[in-house]
Amino acid sequence: MAASSPRNPPPLRGAENQDPLSEMADEDSDEGEDIFVGNSNPVAESFQPDTANGEEPADLFSEEETSTAVNSSITTFKSNGVHSDNENDLFAEVSVELSMENPSTTAKTSGAEFTPSLTLSATQPRSMEQLEEEKDEDSFDMDVAVTNPEKIGDGMNAYMAYKVSTRTTLPMFRNRTFSVWRRFSDFLGLYEKLSVKHSLNGCIIPPPPEKSVVGMTKVKVGKEDSSSADFVERRRAALERYLQRVVCHPSLLQDPDVREFLERDELPRAVGTHTLSGAGFLKMINRASDAVSKMTIKISYSDAWFDNKLQEVESEDLQLRKLHAVVDSLVNHRKELCGNTAVFAKSMAMLGNSEDNTALSRALSQLAEVEDKMETLHQEQAASDFFILAELLADYIRLLGAVRGCFEQRMKTWQSWQEAQSTLQKKREVEAKLLWANKPDKLQQAKEEISEWEGKVTQYERDFDRISVTVRKEFLRFEKEKSKDFKSQIVKYLESLLQSQQRLVMFWEAFLPEAKAIA
Amino acid sequence: MMQEGLDDGPDFLSEEDRGPRAVNVDLQTDATLQVDISDALSERDKVKFTVHTKSTLPNFKQNEFSVVRQHEEFIWLHDSFVENEEYAGYIIPPAPPRPDFDASREKLQKLGEGEGSMTKEEFTKMKQELEAEYLAIFKKTVAMHEVFLCRVAAHPVLRKDMNFHVFLEYNQDLSVRGKNKREKMEDFFKNVVKSADGVLVAGVKDVDDFFEHEKTFLLEYHNRVKDASSKSDRMIRSHKSVADDINRIASTLYTLGTQDSTDVCKFFLKVSELFEKTRKIEARVAADEDLKLADLLKYYLRESQAAKDLLYRRGRALVDYENANKALDKARAKNKDVLQAETSQQVCCQKFEKISESAKQELIDFKTRRVAAFRKNLVELAELELKHAKGNLQLLQSCVGVLKGDT
Repeated sequence: MAASSPRNPPPLRGAENQDPLSEMADEDSDEGEDIFVGNSNPVAESFQPDTANGEEPADLFSEEETSTAVNSSITTFKSNGVHSDNENDLFAEVSVELSMENPSTTAKTSGAEFTPSLTLSATQPRSMEQLEEEKDEDSFDMDVAVTNPEKIGDGMNAYMAYKVSTRTTLPMFRNRTFSVWRRFSDFLGLYEKLSVKHSLNGCIIPPPPEKSVVGMTKVKVGKEDSSSADFVERRRAALERYLQRVVCHPSLLQDPDVREFLERDELPRAVGTHTLSGAGFLKMINRASDAVSKMTIKISYSDAWFDNKLQEVESEDLQLRKLHAVVDSLVNHRKELCGNTAVFAKSMAMLGNSEDNTALSRALSQLAEVEDKMETLHQEQAASDFFILAELLADYIRLLGAVRGCFEQRMKTWQSWQEAQSTLQKKREVEAKLLWANKPDKLQQAKEEISEWEGKVTQYERDFDRISVTVRKEFLRFEKEKSKDFKSQIVKYLESLLQSQQRLVMFWEAFLPEAKAIA
Repeated sequence: MMQEGLDDGPDFLSEEDRGPRAVNVDLQTDATLQVDISDALSERDKVKFTVHTKSTLPNFKQNEFSVVRQHEEFIWLHDSFVENEEYAGYIIPPAPPRPDFDASREKLQKLGEGEGSMTKEEFTKMKQELEAEYLAIFKKTVAMHEVFLCRVAAHPVLRKDMNFHVFLEYNQDLSVRGKNKREKMEDFFKNVVKSADGVLVAGVKDVDDFFEHEKTFLLEYHNRVKDASSKSDRMIRSHKSVADDINRIASTLYTLGTQDSTDVCKFFLKVSELFEKTRKIEARVAADEDLKLADLLKYYLRESQAAKDLLYRRGRALVDYENANKALDKARAKNKDVLQAETSQQVCCQKFEKISESAKQELIDFKTRRVAAFRKNLVELAELELKHAKGNLQLLQSCVGVLKGDT
């Protein structure tokens, strides 16, 4: 499942290694080997000095650091036909004026690790359905990563390009490892293509991250502050999780559009023929599902399962939103704590300077240093709070929206079926009347219509049965993924808390003798 | 009343909070006079302190006795010291701050109003939190009043003060009313004059190196302690907010966990339980930082002010002395009112020398006390932080272990 990588705040220290492979890295179109081959990439570790993560650099995607060869990547990219169409307002992921030399943007991403999420451990299957699903998932091996956000172009027409790297053993791809460059609108385009094709089947299509005019404008304008760096990192991580969810889905993976997205060097520019942006589509779904949920009462036969599940989804949505709001508050308070701690540390240092007892003076300075270290700790913890917890919740709030859309599709199918049935009924009544009134010409037409509608009724009924099966399957699969996702992310979050406490212990243990030495 | 702890916080107030209070050490607690606050009662808008004395001094009718005092009476005692010329050469122990439960009371009230909008568990939880906060403030104010009395009792001269004995022994109401408006205005103007004068006096360079150094030192120190005190308060408030948020997360996770009995729901319940525990620890960390750091800084803010006041009084006496000298010279030159000028000069001289003598010792003692208090509190702070961090760590480790084992 889409377990997203642990995020560290943009490291302000210039602790970068120059990756010897970087020149190879960026020209690739499909030879992304350097990313995945377990070449000496101590880099993956170097950015997380404090995270005791179990992942080794020999992990699938030990990513390279600095994209020094920006220019080469631009040329390959431009050939993707990714000019900013100004008329294409929908995907106006407009220009981002981030200087490429900013180490923190690139550095961040390379600190990211990708956990191989698709290799499932065999869990006890609880039903035939689940057994089937597991069999499918175990049989392929596929990993996707989104890295190296780079600004292409200048001014308001610039945009961010992301490197999408795939590693797979599936035969349907041309190579085993390959990379392409994509921009945000490409991801949205993929979503829309998939929606159009699959949502009518009752598939739960993972929604992409939302567009953000404000966020992108800041980046565009060239503000090199931490908020734009944060924004880019947040988006990159969200895009990665989005893709991971897509490729995790057995039916979607088979879709040629997905394959094309991952493999093809030049992707035709997603032109805005749709009025549906990711968010727009979801809004539609949300509005519609409200109307539909009122209709569920009318289903007379044993549809309890679907009703129950929909209710569960809705109450869960409520709770997740609540939780998300609180986590947001936590992030803000921690950031505030971080700032206040820094200020206090300085103040303590000043006090230590004034103090004329030497030992006490030194102890106070040491205390100031401890508080300084706590500030860093709080900052990193706030980043964990956000990137691991808050984003997880945000993702699932969006996903639950997609799930509801799915249920709605089923309702619509049912409705069509019911309407067809009532139309058929009416046609039969018409026929009866005609028989009685004895009008042979019209009778013929009526009989034709009846058989037409009989056909429709049968088809709609089949559609409904089919979509019911799909929705049910999708839902169970979703539940399973969600369970896994939450568990792994929350454990990851707890581990980050754990590390913070370990460091705290270290700080205070170092300080204690200083305090005791006061005389 | 005072010893009520939290349900599950056995060491919310550990032993160090009873007995001679945390902030001041080195109080020569000898058997001749021991004072403490053995009990306290919070009523509506006032706090009643039970001041308990044990003494072998002949001045008192009994060896052990208690009286009930209110905050205004403490202030009266403090002010009587300040106004007493005899004590001009001593650092007058700073008066305890007024008990302020307004903020806490307001929060409790708001909670009561909002009772309908939250679940029963949430309400009970929040109520407990606020009650604990109220209790903490209460304990603090008791501590601060006690420290003041202990300081007085430990001071070789002040402990003999008549007013102090009355305060300790007279078991009726002292009928000390709080200052009325006019008196408050008078005080205000007095302070304005005093600070203006203080500036003048401070400008006079002292012949004595020791005092000159002390003057510069205290001025800077006082300002920096003030700064550190306010910054520490802000930091601790943020810390409390974080703990509160974790509390709400725990509640919401609990709700999520109780919606079903699936695997993931059980998971949520376990995590919710963990957060419940960690946030209690976080809250305690904030509370301990408050006690050991913020209170320490606040106290030394007040004490350094008292020391500055002493220096001011000495400076004032010096200026008076120098002026008297000049007046004497003038009188001798004119040969007019010489005797009067002489006596005046002698009085000023004596006053100045008396103050200088005791002031030196007082300032040295202040330093010793300060170093000792900081040492005690910083060591205790570090030990508590360590204890809590280790506690947190253990909780997290065991929970992560369980959760990972389950999946």
